Amino acid sequence: MSGSARYLLSRAGQAALVLWAAFTAGYVLLQLLPGDAILIKFQNPELGLSPEQIAEIRSYYGTDGPGAYLHTLLGFLRGDFGYSIDTGTPVAERLAEGLPATAKLAGAAFALAVLIAVAVAFASCHTRLSRLRGALQAVPSLFVSVPAFWLGIVLIQVFSFRLRLVPVIGGSELQQLLLPVLTLAVPISAPIAQILARSLDQVRTQPFVPVVAAKGASPGWILWRHVARNALPPTLTVAGLTFGELIAGSVVTETVFGRNGVGRLTEQAVNAQDTPVLLAVVVLAATVFVLVNLVVDLLYPVLDPRLRRAVA
Amino acid sequence: MRPGLILSWALIVLVALWALVPGVFTGYDPIAGIPAEKLRAPGPGHLFGTDAVGRDLFARVVHGAVNSLSGAFVAVAVGLVLGTLLGLVAGSVRGALDEIVMRVVDVLLSVPGLLLALTVIILLGPGTVNVAVAVGVGSVASFARLARSEVVRVRRTDYVEAAFGSGGRFAAVLWRHVLPNSLVPVVALAALQFGVAILAISTLGFLGYGAEPPTPEWGLLISEGRNYLATAWWLTTLPGTVVVAVVLAASRISRSIGREDG
Repeated sequence: MSGSARYLLSRAGQAALVLWAAFTAGYVLLQLLPGDAILIKFQNPELGLSPEQIAEIRSYYGTDGPGAYLHTLLGFLRGDFGYSIDTGTPVAERLAEGLPATAKLAGAAFALAVLIAVAVAFASCHTRLSRLRGALQAVPSLFVSVPAFWLGIVLIQVFSFRLRLVPVIGGSELQQLLLPVLTLAVPISAPIAQILARSLDQVRTQPFVPVVAAKGASPGWILWRHVARNALPPTLTVAGLTFGELIAGSVVTETVFGRNGVGRLTEQAVNAQDTPVLLAVVVLAATVFVLVNLVVDLLYPVLDPRLRRAVA
Repeated sequence: MRPGLILSWALIVLVALWALVPGVFTGYDPIAGIPAEKLRAPGPGHLFGTDAVGRDLFARVVHGAVNSLSGAFVAVAVGLVLGTLLGLVAGSVRGALDEIVMRVVDVLLSVPGLLLALTVIILLGPGTVNVAVAVGVGSVASFARLARSEVVRVRRTDYVEAAFGSGGRFAAVLWRHVLPNSLVPVVALAALQFGVAILAISTLGFLGYGAEPPTPEWGLLISEGRNYLATAWWLTTLPGTVVVAVVLAASRISRSIGREDG
């Protein structure tokens, strides 16, 4: 087997192991629940269910017996996440309902976050005014310090109630998406901007930069062809790490803006102690996170020829 | 010290005083309102204005400091103690145990902090202490990873080898030499996590898992102000500004720890 195939396999194996462990940890934790949701829902005396009937319901939901863990695990592998205790519908169905809206929100937010980060980082590296530079360098730490839920509220206040640019209810889809996307993008842009600015600064002090300049390259050419290219890998790593935050951030964003999606589903699941739904969301978040970071790892040798040799 | 750092310390001290002796800063009651003075805009009488039942918002923010700060302390303590312990053991014992602990850390890091906190809350139920513990559990992984890398670095130094060579017991050397010399970056992370915890606790408070109304918790204050967005901007804007300022100050202090120039 060639070196790169072995590298690929071992990285994929590690990713699978982390996912299995995340599932198991979530499963075990949520099984510990003292007053579990089935009891809360069905032990109500008004329903008049006998203990035998409750046991039957338990086996229907697959939460009982020694084979329950294996049953649930195999179900997850097939895309069957069990049944929501709150509504009785399949969890996979509820996830599928929310996923498109959340994917649209998160995708747009990620794109905007990258845009903001690139703008802030390049501006802070490019400007000669030290005061402006200092202000731009402080932007990322300001962005991570802002509570997302509060930012959303302030945006609604300013753009919907003061300036009346975005209607509170109704409006086109783009208008509805605008403020939530901005709310989700701001905290996520911060770490990307921080690392990009730091890597740009580091790369610029390396000896090959004056050499290229001495050969007659223009500042723009140096920045894009040489400096930015070398600053990309660490930035890509951090951008990959923000994917988990996109899903967590959608919980807050969707709640503030009253949008339906996976985030809203999560919030409702926690309120209703609907453990199967929460387990599915946690595993989904971990899967997205692990897969994106696997792709980033595998992209590294593509971006950096030096690593290609090291791997092969 | 630079002016920004002095300002950050001043703000943290001020908020700590709000938590310890709130009565010094405001004469108003945070729970009982004066109905005749409801929904007043910020002004000389009411610095932050009043809410729909005539409660002074500044008094509620000042009295709320104790909830947010003690919650953040508990969260950081949980993360710091558990994380450092895990990292210390993993980094000094190495071998299979190290592998297992670090894989667990990988798993924890692959689940976003808020989802991890929500998992803990679904387990323990809502409430201020549970929210603090949930946020703390979310930060165990980063503490463990940092502590381990520091311990591995210190473990290889000559003075630790010398301590072992001169007959020091394993636990004693860990306690006397490895732990103290690994601690500076961990303390810097703790300062940063303090701000992160305030942010997370206010988020969970906003979602309704923390303190019960009418307790003046910062996230809950902002949540309650949502019904008056069109008429009373101060109810959401001002408490949020306080949260942002405290979190910024904590991260500024965190960056200065372990650096000579601050």
